[in-house]
Amino acid sequence: MPAHDHSNNIIINDLHVHYGATIALNGIKGEIEPGSLTAVVGPNGGGKSTFIKALAGILKPSTGGIIHQCKDTCDSAYLPQYTAVDHDFPVTVEEVISMGLWRKIGAFKGFSKDNRALIHKATRQVGLEGMEQRLIKTLSGGQFQRMLFARIILEDSSLIILDEPFTAIDVHTSEALIKLIEDWHKSGKTILLVLHDLQMAKKYFDKTIILARECIAWGDTKKVLTEDNISLSYQNLLRGPS
Amino acid sequence: MIWDWLFAPFEYQFMRNALLSTLCLGIGAGPVGVLLVLRRMSLMGDALSHAVLPGAALGYIFVGLSLPALSFGGFLAGLIVALLAGMVSRMTHLKEDASFAGFFLISLALGVLIISLRNSSVDLMNILFGSALAVDYPSLILIAAITSITLLTLAVIYRPLVVECFDPNFFRLIHGHGSFYHIIFLVLVVMNLVAGFQSMGTLLSLGIMMLPATSARFWAAHIWPMFIISVLIAVVSGYFGLLISYHLNFPSGPCIVLTAGVIYIISFLFGRNGSFLTHLKPR
Repeated sequence: MPAHDHSNNIIINDLHVHYGATIALNGIKGEIEPGSLTAVVGPNGGGKSTFIKALAGILKPSTGGIIHQCKDTCDSAYLPQYTAVDHDFPVTVEEVISMGLWRKIGAFKGFSKDNRALIHKATRQVGLEGMEQRLIKTLSGGQFQRMLFARIILEDSSLIILDEPFTAIDVHTSEALIKLIEDWHKSGKTILLVLHDLQMAKKYFDKTIILARECIAWGDTKKVLTEDNISLSYQNLLRGPS
Repeated sequence: MIWDWLFAPFEYQFMRNALLSTLCLGIGAGPVGVLLVLRRMSLMGDALSHAVLPGAALGYIFVGLSLPALSFGGFLAGLIVALLAGMVSRMTHLKEDASFAGFFLISLALGVLIISLRNSSVDLMNILFGSALAVDYPSLILIAAITSITLLTLAVIYRPLVVECFDPNFFRLIHGHGSFYHIIFLVLVVMNLVAGFQSMGTLLSLGIMMLPATSARFWAAHIWPMFIISVLIAVVSGYFGLLISYHLNFPSGPCIVLTAGVIYIISFLFGRNGSFLTHLKPR
């Protein structure tokens, strides 16, 4: 486990995100320690996806901001929600996985032998060997997630952000993916993921954030994931913005 | 007899020019069309083809029926509309396709109005529907140049275009400069529409881009084969369209696009991928 060195924390500084007149996130404050494993939970429409999109840098905050104090690069890897990717797009498994090397290779260079070996290794790690040339539209939900996880392996970012990685997949795949997430955690990567399954959050994640437009609770999972906090989150969302 | 029907018309220089121009068009427009379809920008292609009209019309008013003037005017107008529509959708709540639709209606009305100032419906028909049979040597060079630039550019920016299209969020995260490639691609679309309008007219030049591309999706599962099939369909449509136009004395643009249309209908009925037929067959 990495030491708690606060100078490298990701600082969320009074983050507001509005979609037009709709407030998605209202004044979120907190810090994410490097090497932490955090579950983001809360009711639907509570801004979980918005929060991690802002954190990844896909979405611009309306006011406030996120300060990444990373030493080398601030690159983050992001797993989109299952429905956010075009599953019918005519590309192969190998083509999608190899996109993970983009930061190394860029738009124009070819793949070297070493690159190919890396792609092959990542493919094997997620158990998709032999399916490299399959079109992505022929994959099952679980295989599709495995493929995107392989892409994240290749991205080798210090911050990994996953939006509902366990939706639409079988138990067997869930377990395999959890194992990968644990490996990433052990190697010191900072991981955040949106979860629906609170039991899973309790079992695997040391930190939890409960979001319901505002931050209901943030801290150690055991202290945060109480019934009081959960019901508070639903009430808060029903009540509307304060 | 069949030999005569198929080849004799090309003894004439103007038919050979027409054939060469449609072949070039097909080679460039096919891949551009496939990427338009993949990027779900079919409607934007439609909008851009209308947007070319007022520019071409202005060129026509000031210089007359001269290809460089028409092309340059059309190219500028298409680019302006592409950029304006992109800006409007980024700065307002309007989605890009809706803002394109707004601009193309304005452009079309403006174009027709400008041409009508000359008071001759023959000219209007000429610009709207073109004539492959009037393609001269300078036009051929222009079309061939546009095709070459298109293919070279696509070869260079192929990877970013495809990745950005498949997963735009990923592309943003890796700092892929998505809008830069998007604009280059829009320029290619406008260039190919301009290349097409002498022989097909501003409105129909999209036909040689979109119909072969949508047809190709029914025959190929991967992007590269889609490119090749779309080019083949465009070339075959050009060839037979011209022959039909010659033998039956019909205008060439509609004949070429209708031939592509017939191939499109055959494709969605009987194609190998996701066609009507594959939906009927029990799995």
